[in-house]
Amino acid sequence: MNDITSNVLKGDSRSIARLITLAENNDPIAANAMKVIHPKTGNAHVIGITGVMGSGKSTLIFELSREYRKKGLKVGIIAIDPTSPFSGGALLGDRIRMMELATDAGVFIRSMGTRGMLGGLTSAVYDVVEILDASGKDIIFVETVGVGQAEVDVIKLADTTLVTLVPGLGDSIQTIKAGIMEIADIYVVNKADRPGVEQAVAEIESLIDITCSEKDRKIPVLTTIAKQSKGIVELVNEIENHKNYLKNTKMFEAQRKKRYEAELIEIIRKRLMNLIFDESIFKDKVESLIDQISKKKVDPYTVADEILGKILK
Amino acid sequence: MERKIRVLIAKPGLDGHDRGAKVVARALRDAGMEVIYTGLHQTADMVVETAIQEDVDVIGLSLLSGAHMTLFVDVTKLLKQRGMQDVLVVGGGIIPEQDAPKLKKAGVSGIFGPGTHCDEIVNFIKKNVKR
Repeated sequence: MNDITSNVLKGDSRSIARLITLAENNDPIAANAMKVIHPKTGNAHVIGITGVMGSGKSTLIFELSREYRKKGLKVGIIAIDPTSPFSGGALLGDRIRMMELATDAGVFIRSMGTRGMLGGLTSAVYDVVEILDASGKDIIFVETVGVGQAEVDVIKLADTTLVTLVPGLGDSIQTIKAGIMEIADIYVVNKADRPGVEQAVAEIESLIDITCSEKDRKIPVLTTIAKQSKGIVELVNEIENHKNYLKNTKMFEAQRKKRYEAELIEIIRKRLMNLIFDESIFKDKVESLIDQISKKKVDPYTVADEILGKILK
Repeated sequence: MERKIRVLIAKPGLDGHDRGAKVVARALRDAGMEVIYTGLHQTADMVVETAIQEDVDVIGLSLLSGAHMTLFVDVTKLLKQRGMQDVLVVGGGIIPEQDAPKLKKAGVSGIFGPGTHCDEIVNFIKKNVKR
């Protein structure tokens, strides 16, 4: 076992941070480290937090983290913001709401750009969850980008998924019925000091009444005012209830299998894309093939068949 | 895959003027860097701890209050203590000319005052990033 891996397992911040960077950059060192780390994972409870822009996801994570720290638990936070499709750069600003946690040795926060992934997450997030888990974090929060309707990948990753909303979305709750309105284990109506909170809660509850398929568990709808630390203790209790529910119904194992399936697919996708576009004999040809498709000399399906045929033979 | 340069932009101390820091953050983003922006009122401890966790290549400090000789130097001292000399430190804001050489000696490699073109900062970082 090399230094970086053994230091990660000891919980050393710099080694954790460095290994995350290597994983983000698809460095082979990271792939090898992950092989050692995987057997040491599985202890952390992974809580996904998703919701529209400005619904208070970062502030909620800050408050929830403080609550878990009071219980003596160690917390990891992965905060994802969008990468620019034009420059490839990103402005990662979720930490602003969490600065009081910056010097708490029991908290590790990492900001990540989506780096071209849709779905609200980023490609290396599975690795980062495993790294934080193996480093001894008890609770891992994953904050998605501010989502619209269809960015629902977080449910494959998280044990418990919170969907945050704010009052005043009004009819727009109707428009987001599918997608993110189907994935919550717990709904959180944040900024509950704003007008329209009763209506928002009522609309979500009526939605649950008509779509709820889990008969043995009613999806709770909680109200919070994160900035005033209100409703946080209740929310932590509901998260714990959900965890117990998963364990009691053996759904925990099923949920974890979903995560590993998603992770496996992502690793294979990355490797395959790398093989085709970076390492294969098509590396230099791709552009001219696209050019030929554009000039109608050949169609995209024929090109895809040709490339995959060469790769898989 | 190309390695992205990660930059922490922080405003240490008591100074509420963050427009310059935001302009620079945006320019670095547009140059393809990943910029972690942590906002106002940072202590040296917060800056360095954040730099560790985010594994940044560069720290950009902005200060307009006049306390740069204390606060910038606190950050570089702490970086040295933690063995993080591989992080490039740059600073901006209202920095009198006579302070610049002292800051450079203390480990703030680049000083960028008002009127600096964003490209200049981008190029400086790309050229001087240490890893």
